[in-house]
Amino acid sequence: MINFIEEQLMIRDVTRRMALEKIAPRAAEIDETDEFPWDIVELYKQNGTLKLVLPDEYGGVGADTTTLCLVMEEIARVSASCSCIVFSTEALIHILVRAATSEQKDRFFPRLSQGDKISAFVLTEPEAGSDANAMRTNAVLEGDYYILNGRKCFISNAIVSDFYLVFARVKTLDNKKGISAFVVEKDTQGLSMGKKENKMGLRGNTMADLIFENARVPKENIVGGEGEGWKILAQVANQMRLYGASAMGLGIAQGALDYAVEYAKQRYQFGKPIASLQAIQFMLADMHIQTEAVRSILYRTSQMIDRGEGSAAEIGSLVSMSKCLSGDTAIKVATDAVQVLGGYGYIKDYPVERMMRDAKSVQIFDGTNQIQRLVVARNMLGIK
Amino acid sequence: MIQLTEEQKMIRDMVRKIAKEKIAPRAAEIDETDEFPMDYVEVYKENNLFKMVLPEKHGGIDANTTTLCVIVEELAKAYASAPQMLITTGAALHILLKAATEAQQMRFFKRLEQGTQACSFALTEPNHGSDAGSLQTKAVLDGDHYIINGSKAFITTGEIAEMHLVFVRTGGEKTKGISVIMVDKNTPGFRVGKKEHKMGFAGTGTVELIFEDAKVHKDNIVGKVNEGWSLLLNIANMMRVWGAGCTALGNAQGALDYVVEYAKQRFQFGKPIAGFQAVQFMLADMAILIESARSLIYRTAYVMDTDGESFKNIETLVCMSKCYAADVGMKVTTDAVQIMGGYGYTKEYPVERRMRDAKSVQIYDGSNQIQRVVVSRNLLG
Repeated sequence: MINFIEEQLMIRDVTRRMALEKIAPRAAEIDETDEFPWDIVELYKQNGTLKLVLPDEYGGVGADTTTLCLVMEEIARVSASCSCIVFSTEALIHILVRAATSEQKDRFFPRLSQGDKISAFVLTEPEAGSDANAMRTNAVLEGDYYILNGRKCFISNAIVSDFYLVFARVKTLDNKKGISAFVVEKDTQGLSMGKKENKMGLRGNTMADLIFENARVPKENIVGGEGEGWKILAQVANQMRLYGASAMGLGIAQGALDYAVEYAKQRYQFGKPIASLQAIQFMLADMHIQTEAVRSILYRTSQMIDRGEGSAAEIGSLVSMSKCLSGDTAIKVATDAVQVLGGYGYIKDYPVERMMRDAKSVQIFDGTNQIQRLVVARNMLGIK
Repeated sequence: MIQLTEEQKMIRDMVRKIAKEKIAPRAAEIDETDEFPMDYVEVYKENNLFKMVLPEKHGGIDANTTTLCVIVEELAKAYASAPQMLITTGAALHILLKAATEAQQMRFFKRLEQGTQACSFALTEPNHGSDAGSLQTKAVLDGDHYIINGSKAFITTGEIAEMHLVFVRTGGEKTKGISVIMVDKNTPGFRVGKKEHKMGFAGTGTVELIFEDAKVHKDNIVGKVNEGWSLLLNIANMMRVWGAGCTALGNAQGALDYVVEYAKQRFQFGKPIAGFQAVQFMLADMAILIESARSLIYRTAYVMDTDGESFKNIETLVCMSKCYAADVGMKVTTDAVQIMGGYGYTKEYPVERRMRDAKSVQIYDGSNQIQRVVVSRNLLG
């Protein structure tokens, strides 16, 4: 119900068909086994889903923020876990498009152009979550290599990725400016994985620690130069937060609503479908209203970003608002969907309990909703 | 989605100036006395705001939905009661534009010029609120005139309106026998009844309208006889996005603006309360709710202005906008009182008034429960 351009609608429709026909039937199994879905990666490869941000000449479509939001929403609607693969992969490409040198682009983009590579975004550390600036993973230049030491945690796609975008502190500097971004390849010497986290939701998305023990990263893999990491992050964080967490939350809410609506029309109690009872109608109406409110602010914001409108503070606030509202709405709508389905909603034969577990993650990752509120409040109050 | 044209920005700035200079300074007094603000009427007449929905040939600016949203939001930011007379008038004129003949339009518009220019929109009756389709005010044709008997309740602007757009029963049961008729305030047998003493929304002239053998010429029927219900469903209900929706939105924004400044200046424990995360989070949640309501409202206005959706989808969006904005308005204004503590609870400060005003929007122009009925009906087919 929003004015999207033709190309965006085309990509959305292709993604929707792929999601409904191929991903939805696999979602429960992926959740149950917690195994990484390589068949879905193959599906993404066939549909170009993992290279949308790449420029045309490398086989991508140079996708804008709105397009990525649509893609993420459609996939998350059937499986939030499967949307995570797209998110961090597109995020790495996105950062390279924005900040890499042409030499780096020439080196990496052809390797990404098959659309079969998976990437991970590596920022969080055990002691540096919301306070990302407290990160301690460090990099020291020795000859032609940066030597990385430290530990990263809660890294989505950790075990399965081909490329890692790693944020680390270049040692000679000790302030914020020291944070730098590196592309690290999977077979890098000195890089190892911790154990796979056993999560409440987003199952099948492998999440683990990344351990750097004198990991050797070629010096030409630093993105944007020493101390530029924070700036790079600031450039793309808003867009990532929109097509990442926000669109995922919207997709989960829409998926839960869709399911509850169809169920309510078919479930008979007291001699009629429960959809005809006002108590159920009002729950569904509220779920729909809240979901559309999220959709409205999310795509309003994505369109502003794509048109280059709004000051940095305005966009920052709108993105944080979108993320926070989306996370809160996803958990509310999914929880109510379980309620509408009653006992059936609580069992694994139906997808809504999975959606509820998945929704919880959106309130936490990519900046907790509490951090988003801080951003909104600070911008509004003009305080640091 | 919220891309205003240059003209819309000009109108917004003009209304913002009026709101600041003429509307806001009078709000507390109007709230206290509940007197109809005839000074607002003069300001609106000077600036052509009553006629904003009319085409240029009738002295208007042919305002589309987005423009109307901007105007109502700006006025409600200053005072929620302020735009109400424009909303009822706009609603009546809009129906006249869509359904009245050219001759009727000329006649009614000319008549309005001779007075306040304001119209009321008279649908609700004492026993027919949400169930408006069973209204009972009866109009019986007798020669060239309709004889009207019955009463209308909660009629905003009714106190000072030059003309009233009235829904009456001319035919059979329920929605099949309803017509729309324009009633001049000077009609014999018609009078304005008691003024309601309300919790909020002071100065909106909310009155009872009483018809005792009121005699109205049959030429005043708007649209076809017995087809008034479709005017309500197809035209009038869509106005709640810029009427009720933007009233709630502006009122909420006005409350937030006020408490943000207050929080920066109120010192406790040696620092401004804006320095406490507990207060920051309340303010952030208020801002998030307001901005999402704004996004939904202007998205809806946009699809209405561009015919970008089916009638059903637009109807859903309109009902969502009204319901969501009203609920947000109530929540935000209540929290604004909370942030200001004891001061917020006193009439020295405007936020308790905004909280009382906010409550009305959950009720009027189709209660939020009715909006949910429409949303779920469209959702469930």
